[in-house]
Amino acid sequence: MIDSASSQAPADPKKPMGEPLVVVDNLVKYYPIYGGVLRRKLGDVKAVDGVSFDINRGEVFGLVGESGCGKSTLGRTLIRLIPRTSGTASLNGQDIFSRKGDDLKRLRGEMQIIFQDPVGSLNPRMPVSDIIGEGLLAQQDKENGWGRREIRDKRVGDYLDAVGLRRDYARRYPHEFSGGQRQRIGIARALALSPEIVICDEPVSALDVSIQSQILNLLLDLRAEFNLTYLFVAHNLSVIQYISDRVGVMYLGTIVEIAGVDEIYSNPRHPYTIALLSAVPEPNPRVRKRRIVLKGDVPSPAAPPSGCRFHTRCWLREQLGRPESCETTIPELREIAGGHRVACHFAETVTPAAAAEAAHVVVPVALAAEGLAAAAPLAAIAGGEVEETESDAAETAAAIAAASTTTESGTSTDSSDSGSPPPTGPQN
Amino acid sequence: MTTAATVRDVGAADPTPSDLLLDIRDLRTYFHVMDGTVKAVDGVSFSVKRGQTLGVVGESGCGKSVTALTVMRLLDIPPAEIASGQVMFKGRDLLKLPDPEMRKVRGNEIAMVFQEPMTSLNPVYTVGDQISEAVILHKGISKKAGVEKSIESLRLVGINNPERRIKQYPHELSGGMRQRVMIAMALSCDPDLIIADEPTTALDVTIQAQILELLRKVQDETGAALMLITHDLGVVAETVQDVVVMYAGRVVERGTVEEVLLAPKHPYTMGLLDSIPSKGKRGQRLNVIKGTVANPFNLPPGCNFMPRCPFAFEPCQVHDPRIEEADPPDVACWLYTRAPGISLPPRKRPTVAPLEATQS
Repeated sequence: MIDSASSQAPADPKKPMGEPLVVVDNLVKYYPIYGGVLRRKLGDVKAVDGVSFDINRGEVFGLVGESGCGKSTLGRTLIRLIPRTSGTASLNGQDIFSRKGDDLKRLRGEMQIIFQDPVGSLNPRMPVSDIIGEGLLAQQDKENGWGRREIRDKRVGDYLDAVGLRRDYARRYPHEFSGGQRQRIGIARALALSPEIVICDEPVSALDVSIQSQILNLLLDLRAEFNLTYLFVAHNLSVIQYISDRVGVMYLGTIVEIAGVDEIYSNPRHPYTIALLSAVPEPNPRVRKRRIVLKGDVPSPAAPPSGCRFHTRCWLREQLGRPESCETTIPELREIAGGHRVACHFAETVTPAAAAEAAHVVVPVALAAEGLAAAAPLAAIAGGEVEETESDAAETAAAIAAASTTTESGTSTDSSDSGSPPPTGPQN
Repeated sequence: MTTAATVRDVGAADPTPSDLLLDIRDLRTYFHVMDGTVKAVDGVSFSVKRGQTLGVVGESGCGKSVTALTVMRLLDIPPAEIASGQVMFKGRDLLKLPDPEMRKVRGNEIAMVFQEPMTSLNPVYTVGDQISEAVILHKGISKKAGVEKSIESLRLVGINNPERRIKQYPHELSGGMRQRVMIAMALSCDPDLIIADEPTTALDVTIQAQILELLRKVQDETGAALMLITHDLGVVAETVQDVVVMYAGRVVERGTVEEVLLAPKHPYTMGLLDSIPSKGKRGQRLNVIKGTVANPFNLPPGCNFMPRCPFAFEPCQVHDPRIEEADPPDVACWLYTRAPGISLPPRKRPTVAPLEATQS
């Protein structure tokens, strides 16, 4: 066994949580834009704009959102890889941003990060022993003895073991490893310092599906073994759902919804979350999803929309007849149920039926399985198959209405009014 | 020239059924590099019918993109070598076409949408120039008509205000918008076949949803066949009718999307489906395919998937299963086909847990 740093407070994820491990309050990170002849400051890219959340000890906090929403910037600002603009954050009750010198160095050992790109994040000129040992060398003191090569190498070997690599790989260079193995090295480097919290910044996005599941398993094993807390940043909603305990959804620099993972996936209340979840393609060709296709692109974070930042693309606002408050008032992240917080003025009006109405596209199933579904009317399929995601007849009607007006009906137009039953039952 | 005439004659005496658009037969594309030879595509056969949507699925390095690039004849030879095979397109073998003839096919009858909307557009030409270039070249229309045509194709892919957009440069557009331009470019010459190589991999889910919807719509309206190359089984399930699964340069399984995703036969396909994280697997370990993708310089003697296969048995180490010789004809695996010279009956066949919805 590896001796976990003795200085670390014993953490048991099962014990009732008292104080959260990390408290983030109104964190802001702007990147200034300079331009013109005099390189004057023209404005700011508001990458992270007033984000507040807690992370409990031992949990996996998932942070999800589209590219450019600020989720990676948030993670990096939090561990002081990049300076913040304003706001506060604390780890174990101690302020993160006011630390300096040796105090800051100690803090860095407690917060580690796993990067997305397993190629770019490892120095190609260093053997693995130096890559993992570099942090140990920086954090050496009389007590841990990491300044001594043999102690350091022992620890490097222990952590290579822990991430499932052979100890003698320590002498090899990064180019000798595959992508999945390199990511394991990155994980070993992060864990070698016995951190309290590990920021996982898209750790599996660059990996193939079959390797991705190996790394996810490893991360969960290591969490149990070393009592870790993860801030897990990813854009893949299935990965987030699998690994997280609580999830925060980000849009354009702000958190729009936070809830427990089951709550947020089964009962999303922010219109953006609902649209995001509906956009995930389902690997089961018989499951039909009613999809809300958002119009347009994410606005520029240099000039975010006024009021609610999502209002320019919001389907709920259209449904409600464009209420003024969406454009004028910034919605607060308010609690609507135990631990479920939403930043939407109209979160209470969001119902599955409302979402169904907005879902103007019913994703067609593979229509051509041996002609078996090809001739089936889409409406009938929709009625038969959408049951996966809906509960009452009104919604079915809405879905059928949506289906019959949509043009995405594949090869079924010629028979759209024949009354034949759905060719296959839902999910057998 | 005689060669061109011969090719046309062959095209006229079309031996293939008329609904067969693209027929790839035993294609082998090798790369000769310093460390040896990489058999990127090693005996691949599949076909696309008119109006069909076919998904080509596999992990990185399985040869799916190289197959597409070979069809388009976009590989540099050397280092690439097309060692054998035929790519029959409308009865003509594209691999034997002289270059000027191939140029008439490429971008005109077969169009390609690339993965990287960032790098596959030329940064120093306007969007309109790039779209109309192909139309003017292939359809022999005037420059003015080319501009009209590019406005029309931009409108078809759902870009607002196309009159303004054609004057913009790629850097002025977002990722999703650039991918729309790529699709507009592919559509501009009314191709019979669109090859889309990971068209949504670089995009966010909400934009991916828009692009997939667009591809479906366009395919529906124009009747073009679509060959969609992807590693995302969700995208496959929603977009295509038929699937071929590739591993280490070979087709290992093929069938309709329902057959392959709901009743996978090959242990690799099962492993891929099994390793998708989902809600129902929370708190459990994910099933993994052990090991890593086969090293292309050092493929095992028998089945390429053998070192990673949980069901491997004796013939897998010696004999190489070929989907062309398989019975049933849709999976290259000795669990289903009797191996030559071995009287051992196939073991009990593995089954895969039914897929569940990732969301409720």
